Amino acid sequence: MVVIALVMACTPPAANETASSEVVSHPKGQASVSDDVSDKNILQVAMTSEDHTTLVAAVEAAQIENVLVNAGPLTVFAPTNDAFAGLPEGTVENLLKPENKSDLATILTRHAAPGSYDLDALKKEASKGRKLYMATGDYLEVQVDGDKITVGGAIVLATIPTSNGIIHVIDRVISTN
Amino acid sequence: MKTISVLSFSFIIGAVILITSCGQMGDNGKSALSSNIAEKVYIAPGERDEQYGFLSGGYSGNLTVYGLPSGRLFKEIPVFSQFPTSGYGYSEETKPMLNTSFGFVPWDDLHHPDISQTNGELDGRWIFVNGNNTPRIARISLSTFETEEIIEVPNSAGNHSSSFITENTEYVVAGTRFSVPVPQRDMPISEYKSNFKGALTFISVDPEHGHMDIKFQLLMPGFNYDLSHPGRDKSHGWFFFSTYNTEEANTLLEVNASQNDKDFIAAVNWKKIEAYVNNGGGSKVQAKYAHNVYDESTHTATSTMLEEVLTVDPSEVPGAIYLLPTPKSPHGCDVDPSGQYIIGSGKLSADLTVHSFDKMLAAIDAQKFDGDAYGIPILNYEDVLAGTVSSGGLGPLHTEFDGRGNAYTTFFISSEVVKWKLGTWEVVDRKPTYYSVGHLMIPGGNSRKPHGKYLVAMNKITKDRYLPTGPEMEHSAQIYDISGEKMELLYDFPTHGEPHYAAGCDADLIVNNSKKIYRLDENNHPYAIKSPAEARVEREGNEVHIYMSTIRSHFTPDNIEGIKVGDKVYFHITNHEQDFDVPHGFSMIGQGTSEILVMPGQTKTSLWEPKRVGVWPFYCTDFCSALHQEMQGYVRVSPADSKLELSWSLDE
Repeated sequence: MVVIALVMACTPPAANETASSEVVSHPKGQASVSDDVSDKNILQVAMTSEDHTTLVAAVEAAQIENVLVNAGPLTVFAPTNDAFAGLPEGTVENLLKPENKSDLATILTRHAAPGSYDLDALKKEASKGRKLYMATGDYLEVQVDGDKITVGGAIVLATIPTSNGIIHVIDRVISTN
Repeated sequence: MKTISVLSFSFIIGAVILITSCGQMGDNGKSALSSNIAEKVYIAPGERDEQYGFLSGGYSGNLTVYGLPSGRLFKEIPVFSQFPTSGYGYSEETKPMLNTSFGFVPWDDLHHPDISQTNGELDGRWIFVNGNNTPRIARISLSTFETEEIIEVPNSAGNHSSSFITENTEYVVAGTRFSVPVPQRDMPISEYKSNFKGALTFISVDPEHGHMDIKFQLLMPGFNYDLSHPGRDKSHGWFFFSTYNTEEANTLLEVNASQNDKDFIAAVNWKKIEAYVNNGGGSKVQAKYAHNVYDESTHTATSTMLEEVLTVDPSEVPGAIYLLPTPKSPHGCDVDPSGQYIIGSGKLSADLTVHSFDKMLAAIDAQKFDGDAYGIPILNYEDVLAGTVSSGGLGPLHTEFDGRGNAYTTFFISSEVVKWKLGTWEVVDRKPTYYSVGHLMIPGGNSRKPHGKYLVAMNKITKDRYLPTGPEMEHSAQIYDISGEKMELLYDFPTHGEPHYAAGCDADLIVNNSKKIYRLDENNHPYAIKSPAEARVEREGNEVHIYMSTIRSHFTPDNIEGIKVGDKVYFHITNHEQDFDVPHGFSMIGQGTSEILVMPGQTKTSLWEPKRVGVWPFYCTDFCSALHQEMQGYVRVSPADSKLELSWSLDE
């Protein structure tokens, strides 16, 4: 018995069991960094907006939270809840299904431009005839009409600077068409 | 019965074999993976260490920050040396930090870190370090992990018995290793004896901001003052300094300073001297020394040259200083957590000498002296001796404590750490080090409450411990678990430069105060810009000031024209990021200094003196973002007599 006890004592404990059981489908990333000192990043700002609960749900469903807290910089065009509600009935529900994760991610990524484009920068895009390069590879046209700025046909309703880029709130979901 | 006993015997043998096979295979830790030792130092990805270790960098001039128990290097903090990684000592704002009475001295030999204390316990606000070569004391913030202040120590040379602090951080103390003429003068070296002085400097620390100011210098006999430690708890108010070369030799010290059987530990009642100088005592003498202060709000250091220092002759304050005979050129001078025991490590001895604070007071009360040295009373060795540790080792250097009644001493020559019991002086364990250990550190070991779980032994010789890297090897360190009765070697890691002493503490004491960003709206740098709209270029004669901002991923402005050969161009760069860990760098072709790294919300200035006509690029040196490679700009440099006006732009 003494011998057996000793053998047991020097067998490594059944380690790694906890580690392996913690492997989930969505690895912990930069989005989990706790920081209440820095300015809020794109994801943190979006999560505090009552008008963007659908967008945040979509970001979570597409599992792209880490992209929105990354060093970027990113300019995100953030459709409001009303914008999503304006899509054909059932579209959002369908996109939120796990099997459509990839399509959803593509749609959301089309709303993000690498770089920091504030309002002045957007106006400059229009005045210089440059198109905005989106993270999907699409190029969107920026148009300025008086105070009205549209990007890919969506009207910019508000602009919020964040720690890792710019959020422009827009009134519709930008589609490829 | 016989059969049974044979059977039990074989069981015992089996058990012994099993014990051996799952043991450590000796002290080398080579079978760590087959035991649970690896788990004790393994910090899983994403997990954090329990303790901080701050190791002096010796001749690197810098301080390194490690995690314990993993031994992972987190940061190198530039203190006395120029440091291209951040631009410290190269940026216009930090150049004054390295100013001295000898001019700009961009290097030093950084020795003994000590963390600030309140009521004898570490408070984690600042860490003090000494520059050994051009005598200086620096204070480093444990919020920003930046050097905030450096004060030069006049009348000192080889600032070695430093930078230890009293138990409420009233003073940081700096003792000279080399005695010198005070004031310095042209005189024959052979007239050292009785003419040279050893200055022990008490630098007051402002309790709110930590600002340092030399309160007084005690001008002691011309011995070598090697190391020191504060009294604590019952001995708070006293400071203890080890001495060697009480022979006052000025040549071939390796022989001539080893003539006396005993040197001294000098016990200084600093409270008594403080009261004396507060009542107008002491003499103000001329001295030249720099005081350099970095202001976090302006992100700028200023250097002030001071002209006067208050000195105290020991004979002016009778009853404030006593000499405790201590065998064999003592090196370490360590005080236990209770403040009762003062341990002298006679570095040429096998034994440790432990003095008793109570016995010292009793001998002083009884006025039992064994002569004097230059008027300073010498106590009888036997009257102050608490005990002797017959270590069995050779070459004791330093002692630290675990707060559980044990002391741990390094032995250089016998290359080991010896654990012994305070009070009984009994050796209870010893473990080899690899090789020739100098200093050791137990986090909190120099306080009333050591955080005594790990011990870090810092070695002087590395030899074959790591993959070879040519003739010079980084010094090795070993970490031991000291939570049990016996020390257990856990891990081995290389250090940077040459650690002379270290300090450490529980991570909890620091993590929540560590700064993440500087607020842009609190930036009072005279050349800061709060918005890219304020970016501009101004000329004052041949000086050009560029007010530039950075944010992912561009400089504003990024095209500048109208600069001329012979101009002094100051790039004042304000980082507009307000996001933790997003610095931007700046470097310019042909720059005679280094790049600078500008923290979020901070302004830093880099000087460029263009020497050739052309169009020259600059860029961000820190991979700040996905568009980092796009973060660049151009400066057009025209001939010295060009009439081209200054202009600047971004995306025009």
